Amino acid sequence: RVPVDGNYCLTCGSDKTLKLWNPHKGTALRSYQGHGYEVLDAAGSFDNGHLCSCSADKTVALWDVATGQVLRKYRGHAGKVNCVQFNEEATIIVSGSIDSTVRCWDCRSRRPDPVQVLDEAKDGVSSVKLSSHEILSGSVDGHVRRYDLRAGQLYCDYVGSPITSVCFSKDGQCTLAASLDSTLRLLDKDTGELLGENKGHRSTTYRLDCVVSEQDTHVGCASEDGHVYFWDLVEGSLARSLPVGRGVVQSLSFHPTLPCLLAATEGQVQLWREDSFQEQ
Amino acid sequence: AAGSSGSDEDELVSYGTALQPLPEGERLKKPVPLQEQTVKDAKGRYQRFHGAFTGGFSAGYFNTVGTKEGWAPSTFVSSRQKRADRTVLGPEDFMDEEDFSEFGIAPKNITTTDDFASKAKDRIKEKARQIAGVVATIPGITAFDDLIGPSKITVGVELLRKMGWKEGQGIGPRVKRKPCRQKPDPAVKVYGCALPPGLSAGSEDEEDEYQPENVTFAPKDIMPVDLIPKENVHGLGYKGLDPSQALFGASGRGHLNLFAGDSEDTSNLIGDLRHSKGRKLGITGQAFGVGALEEEDDDIYATETLSKYDTILKDEEPGDGFYGWTAPKQYKANKRSEREVKYTGIILDGFLLASKSSTPSKVYPPPPLPRNYRPVHYFRPVVADGNENYRLQKALEESTGKLERDMRQQSRHALNASQRREQLGETGLKGPAPSVLEYLSEKDRERLKKVKQASEQKMKAKIIPQEPRNSSCQPTSLDGASHKWLKLLGPQLANAGSSDFKPFAKNPEKQKRYEIFVRSLKQGEKDTLEQYLDPNTTEWEREREQEEFFRAAMFYKSSSSALSSRFTRAKYEDDVDKVEVPRDQEKDIDDKETAVKMKMFGKLTRDKFEWHPEKLLCRRFNVPDPYPESSIVGLPKVKRDKYSVFNFLTVPEPTTSVTQATNEKVQQSNSLNKPKKPSRWDVSDKEKEKKDSISEFISLARSKADAQQQQPPVPATEEGRTGLSESLPTEAANEDKDQEEESRPSIDLFKAIFTSSSDEKSSSSEEESEEEEQPATSVVDSEATKQVDPPGSSSNVQENVVATTDSGVPLLPTSKQELDATEEFGPKLPPAFSSGRFCRLLIKREKQRKNRQKQKTKREHKHKKEKKKKHKKQKTKGKHKNKGSEKDSSSDTADSSDSDTDTTGLAAKELLRR
Repeated sequence: RVPVDGNYCLTCGSDKTLKLWNPHKGTALRSYQGHGYEVLDAAGSFDNGHLCSCSADKTVALWDVATGQVLRKYRGHAGKVNCVQFNEEATIIVSGSIDSTVRCWDCRSRRPDPVQVLDEAKDGVSSVKLSSHEILSGSVDGHVRRYDLRAGQLYCDYVGSPITSVCFSKDGQCTLAASLDSTLRLLDKDTGELLGENKGHRSTTYRLDCVVSEQDTHVGCASEDGHVYFWDLVEGSLARSLPVGRGVVQSLSFHPTLPCLLAATEGQVQLWREDSFQEQ
Repeated sequence: AAGSSGSDEDELVSYGTALQPLPEGERLKKPVPLQEQTVKDAKGRYQRFHGAFTGGFSAGYFNTVGTKEGWAPSTFVSSRQKRADRTVLGPEDFMDEEDFSEFGIAPKNITTTDDFASKAKDRIKEKARQIAGVVATIPGITAFDDLIGPSKITVGVELLRKMGWKEGQGIGPRVKRKPCRQKPDPAVKVYGCALPPGLSAGSEDEEDEYQPENVTFAPKDIMPVDLIPKENVHGLGYKGLDPSQALFGASGRGHLNLFAGDSEDTSNLIGDLRHSKGRKLGITGQAFGVGALEEEDDDIYATETLSKYDTILKDEEPGDGFYGWTAPKQYKANKRSEREVKYTGIILDGFLLASKSSTPSKVYPPPPLPRNYRPVHYFRPVVADGNENYRLQKALEESTGKLERDMRQQSRHALNASQRREQLGETGLKGPAPSVLEYLSEKDRERLKKVKQASEQKMKAKIIPQEPRNSSCQPTSLDGASHKWLKLLGPQLANAGSSDFKPFAKNPEKQKRYEIFVRSLKQGEKDTLEQYLDPNTTEWEREREQEEFFRAAMFYKSSSSALSSRFTRAKYEDDVDKVEVPRDQEKDIDDKETAVKMKMFGKLTRDKFEWHPEKLLCRRFNVPDPYPESSIVGLPKVKRDKYSVFNFLTVPEPTTSVTQATNEKVQQSNSLNKPKKPSRWDVSDKEKEKKDSISEFISLARSKADAQQQQPPVPATEEGRTGLSESLPTEAANEDKDQEEESRPSIDLFKAIFTSSSDEKSSSSEEESEEEEQPATSVVDSEATKQVDPPGSSSNVQENVVATTDSGVPLLPTSKQELDATEEFGPKLPPAFSSGRFCRLLIKREKQRKNRQKQKTKREHKHKKEKKKKHKKQKTKGKHKNKGSEKDSSSDTADSSDSDTDTTGLAAKELLRR
């Protein structure tokens, strides 16, 4: 629900619209309409020029931020599209769908069909993350798949229970995978070893997000009990739990550079930051 | 006519008349306009058409009546004077002469009137009338018409008249009135439908009244009329086909024909349908299909009803079958009562209760089956025609006869699947039947054989010195052995030695001998066994061979059953030779599951595939294409040979070699009788590691040390095996096998092992060892299966092979010998087979075990200390080294630890790397 990029935040929801906010001031900047069903995920490009969103109407849309127009709509998924991401240069949109495929859409050309379809997953893809040369996808079949474009390899790690969210650590060495057995696992990217396992939160039914803090010090995960839990990444001890709300904390995103957290629950978005936070 | 004026017009063919050449200077005639075209009659008078409503052609001169050329109506003439010749004007008086012409209004042609119309016409009418009479609502109405107006005189009638026939008379010899009335004479057999007597009489009377002239003695000219009202729902005039007709058509017709012969005599018979000059009667059993106006064809649908046939047997009629003899009434009554018991329903009209029950149908007993009859039809195998197949087909034909005979001898239950398949005519499985040896690679087979022989030699050597105790002379012992074998083999024997198992395929002579041997064994001629053996060999060799044969025969059965449970046949279609499969197989999900349960992430849970990204994707990501020259996108697919064991058999090779090394080591330690119990240490160590802070994990990961530490200790396998075999009852060779097959780990075991606290000491070392054994083997398996699935099974198979070959060995003399034997086994043997399997001397072992336990506890203390030190030291090196050393330290005795550490460590490493 809340993909974040620097100074703005995007929310998307079942009202079929995307909304652009300034989280620091709490002002709504714009709303984008054009999806036919609820919008499940959204992301912004690095230059804040474009947005991409995916929806339960099986489409992925590319938006122009300024005009609010849909630049492209990519149809091809056979089911709800769960997650969407830009690559670093906003030339590719990678979307993961419930149809167990990850599709890479080209933003530059007008090709209607995806550049590549990654259909190795055996079940719906719940989460997709991109690094400079990798595509990380977490699937309900319990596998974390990492497609390394540079090496031309696919690494497939089995976690055991359906994965709700994956993310890279900021240093690119580890992957974090939250799964439905209420466990947050930190896996070594290269070997697939388990580096840490965090429990304490509750995640059994919803697709909840997990984050890594801006300096790889903590890992965080949303919980169904209305808290956001943070563990020390190295020690694995529970560092803090933030009481966000009563309901399920559905989405979570960490500011890329600042200790700043956005959490979405029950139709509201909360911004958490340290007391000493200084706006730049 | 064709005009050909010029030479060039010769080829042209012209049709029709050529137009007259136009005269010069004459103008073309103008075409007459339509309104000016006129029609003139024969006399040149104009005729004009008036139109349909004004009378057609003009009457008179241009419709002018009374003009000078026109038609003048006749004027009134007084009839006073001309009263006598007064004429009545007909319509002809007012007609022009042309009206009487051929095409006029009243053409005056001479035509035959109806009365003189041709006879054919008449007949048709007649027929139509007849049918109308049948069909009409009041049947027989046409008959009255006929009576009123005299029937048309036709040629036939005329002829008849000339012969003295008169209208209304019947045809035939003159009869008296009286006999006419007595027509339904009982003496005359009544065929046809017998009308109820009342009805027929009534109809006759009617006829009489209307035909007074028939009072003469001429036969009545009657047209029998069916006065029976229509009651059924059939179409008019339709009568269903008679079952009797359908059933005995020919005979029925014969019946009719017979009757036709004397139709003349019984011409007036009411039921006679073919009577009366071919005239059709009302009740003809005509089904649809013969047109109303067509001549009747009797033979198509003969009119036959059941009532034509006697419902009563004729014999009985005069006096109930007692010709001339009157049976006592009582008897009759009895009979009737009997009958009445049988049938108590209402008897239909026209039916009588049969006086004699129909003769019971004779029951013939089925022919006795031949003794060796089996109710299975044997289909010859179908061999497609073709040049190459011809010979095969021939051979098959020749062989099947023999084959069948052979099979008859066996009982049905003794047949094996392939035999049954053959009998059922199913096509045989493609490829060699699944005997393990076929699946093994050549090299493996060779080695296996060598090993087996070697072991047998050893065994013999051991047995021979023992035997004199039991029996004085060699032959008896052999006989005893064969007895024992027979008992062991028991029911399996029937299957053994069937064609697809060739344990000695390498050595055809031997194979032949083996087959003979098996056959003879099957027939129970154990005494003659020896004669089949090679006479050139020494007695010892012969003995050995026999033993080998026994073992092979047994092995065949066990292996086939073991294998059948292990291999699944049709993952892909059989006839497809190659299957497109992802080149890199994903690991078994079960393995992964267990790994996850054990938190052994890393290699076990990771699959690594070659993945080809789209070029454009690479470009967009600003990444050089990792496979610039490949055109594949995604996971590479490989055309691979059909899923067969051969694909995987080469893989496990190294595993065995590793296990050999460890094996030898184990044997050494065993021989020294210094038992090393499987490492609590590993377990506890792992626990510790797990409990270690994650930071350690991370640091480890960062340092990119070799990642494969989390595997359980492999050398534990051997120890576990020894322990296991000790604990297991010795005679259950098959059980052993089963256990090994099932050695895939259950999660509980894993849990039990890996979550047990380190404090829990070796209170029950026995159980521990057992427990230890299974996961350990499983690890070996999973190691093997890492690349592909089946090799695990194949390695198991190897174990099985050895196990089975050895399991039969009766007695285990000494540990010394045992050591020798196992060392001989050396390279090829999987760990399972070490000393323990031979140990049948439980008592002895018990003692040893006690000793061992003592020693172990001592050692364990020692080890703990050692280990701690080592652990600290080696932490930096990386886990797996650490573990290897732990293993070593725990598994090796203090004396040999130094020397052995390296080897085992290496072995473990090797294993892990794979």
